[in-house]
Amino acid sequence: MSRLLMCPPDYFGIEYEINPWMRVSNQSDGDRARTQWQALTRVLEDEAGAKLEFMEPVPGLPDLVFTANASVLHEGKAVPSRFRHPERQREERHFIDWFTKKGYEVIKLDAELYFEGAGDVLGFPEFWFGGYRQRTDIRAYDKLSTIFSKIILPVELVDQRFYHLDTCLCPLSGGELLYFPPAFDSYAQTVIAAHVEQSKRFAVPSPEAERFACNAVCVDRHVVLPTGCPETMAWLNQHGYIPHPVDLDEFLKAGGSAKCLTLALD
Amino acid sequence: MHSQTITLQGHIIDSLILAKVLDTIVMLGGTFTLSEVTVGTQREDTSHATIRIEAPTTELLQDILTAIQPHGAVAEAEQDCTVVPAPADGILPEDFYATSHLATQIRWQGNWIDVRQPEMDLAIVVKTTPLSAHMIPMGSVKQGDLVVTGRQGIRVFPLERPKERDVFGFMEAQVSSERPHRHIIADVAKRMKAIQQCRQESNGTPKVLFAGGPAIIHAGGREALAWIIESGYIHVLFCGNALAAHDMEASLYGTSLGYSLGIGRSVPHGHEHHLRTINRVRELGSIQQAVQSGIVKEGIMAACVRQGVRMVLAGTIRDDGPLPEVITDSIKAQEAMRSAIPGVELALLVASTLHAVATGNLLPASVPTVCVDINPAVPTKLSDRGSFQAVGLVMDSSSFLRELARELGWKG
Repeated sequence: MSRLLMCPPDYFGIEYEINPWMRVSNQSDGDRARTQWQALTRVLEDEAGAKLEFMEPVPGLPDLVFTANASVLHEGKAVPSRFRHPERQREERHFIDWFTKKGYEVIKLDAELYFEGAGDVLGFPEFWFGGYRQRTDIRAYDKLSTIFSKIILPVELVDQRFYHLDTCLCPLSGGELLYFPPAFDSYAQTVIAAHVEQSKRFAVPSPEAERFACNAVCVDRHVVLPTGCPETMAWLNQHGYIPHPVDLDEFLKAGGSAKCLTLALD
Repeated sequence: MHSQTITLQGHIIDSLILAKVLDTIVMLGGTFTLSEVTVGTQREDTSHATIRIEAPTTELLQDILTAIQPHGAVAEAEQDCTVVPAPADGILPEDFYATSHLATQIRWQGNWIDVRQPEMDLAIVVKTTPLSAHMIPMGSVKQGDLVVTGRQGIRVFPLERPKERDVFGFMEAQVSSERPHRHIIADVAKRMKAIQQCRQESNGTPKVLFAGGPAIIHAGGREALAWIIESGYIHVLFCGNALAAHDMEASLYGTSLGYSLGIGRSVPHGHEHHLRTINRVRELGSIQQAVQSGIVKEGIMAACVRQGVRMVLAGTIRDDGPLPEVITDSIKAQEAMRSAIPGVELALLVASTLHAVATGNLLPASVPTVCVDINPAVPTKLSDRGSFQAVGLVMDSSSFLRELARELGWKG
């Protein structure tokens, strides 16, 4: 059973601008955000069958809700993030406290190696992709490869709107992949194509990529994704997945959606 | 050229990161040398690449570094070399850096400077006013000289393949009597002609160095070698007492170590000829005098004197005489040979173990070198002693010289 870490959006809001989606003038609605987040938890638990764990929200840390960026976790080891923006660096110790309390072996990277957790590291059992250039320093992947004994293929992110890998790429449980090719440089597009055969890749159309179709959570054959992504849903259906659309527009104002709001604990 | 070494680490091959970095360097107008690539042995293992980047200006080099840094390129930290004053005349400090005969630079106050005239097994001394670095033999160091120590701030450049696509382009010291000689000799002749043409066009003064032993005279290579020298193809000659003595003995008596070169057998009292020759030249004061006075009329020494070839004659324990020009202090002989090396662009080491190895030790690796000996042990020894650039030819010296002379236009 998939276990996911989430954090209630009690203090969520647009308090600063650190990506092209955030506008302090385009404030999120707290009640709507809470309702949408609760809807997401219900779908994940009841429809997708995930087991959820929660951490305490902290006043003054509006983005703590995006737990995907907390860390990379694998086989009992946790490498906590080193956020690039000072606004989010304050979240680090709360994540570290949680992992320590849960018995993870916490391994920290050097302070100057920016690295934004599972937001930038996604993949399959055989290998992972690591997004770099926007938030994560490519040199972090060499360290992570050693720590986790994993192949990590760095892929360059070239569109600021898709600043984390999980905003433009989503590996599925059967080896398929949703992705938005223009978010990657040509070398990364070649690498992705070389590692996932064409019939298993779905290039998400631009309007749905901008709705964060790739910021989806895959639990076995269930895929929880934002609403407004009909073509992606049709492709998922054709390939034997059950898509579950959830309205998460309040979080899109901050540049996040379903995947950003969860961290896989297994 | 401005250069910087960088490293890349990680899954840089499957991810095309290495390809991207190399493409970026070239796209921006730089060049690169992949000095080291270590590929992981297991699938999960990361790989490592060391890349030396060169660019025509510092600005361009900086642009390249800025462009590749986000892809994980880490500039190798560079530090100045360390120097320690020599504790006494002729004594190097502990941990002195021992040189190779490859092009070498040291880093001094943030700048890389060339070390002059590479030679193996020396030390590097830095002079601060004006700033320069040169290689120096242990015995020549003076107390207080700043001697480079350790390995930090020193870089040695691998030998570049020559542009010419000839036998020297392969840079292999493989020695075999089975090897066909003809194309090697043709390539040597081509180089000699090119050097002569440069000199005739006053396009610098590149030099051909010839180091030889007395077997050249006994074996019958004298006439061909004299013709090559007389035609202006050789500019520096290293030899010992014997080559000069037997060459002049041939001119005076028609013998070499008492054997008639004409009839091929010993002549009565022939063993005295070389002693009488040496004595005569000593009486005249110099080889030059012997030639200019018309006593020695032809042969190798006569050709050298007439062509103004720089001769360094180094003595050995068993020398008779010796001839006036022979330097009997071996360190002084080494110094004289060393001072004749700058400008040498081709070296022919023929039929002499001692002179071949001694000359090989003094030559920078960048000088194309041919070692000719009937005994395969000689070119092998030369290459084992570090002169890996030498092309070995296992053949009789006379055959070599005659064939070389014919390639150069000799009708004999």
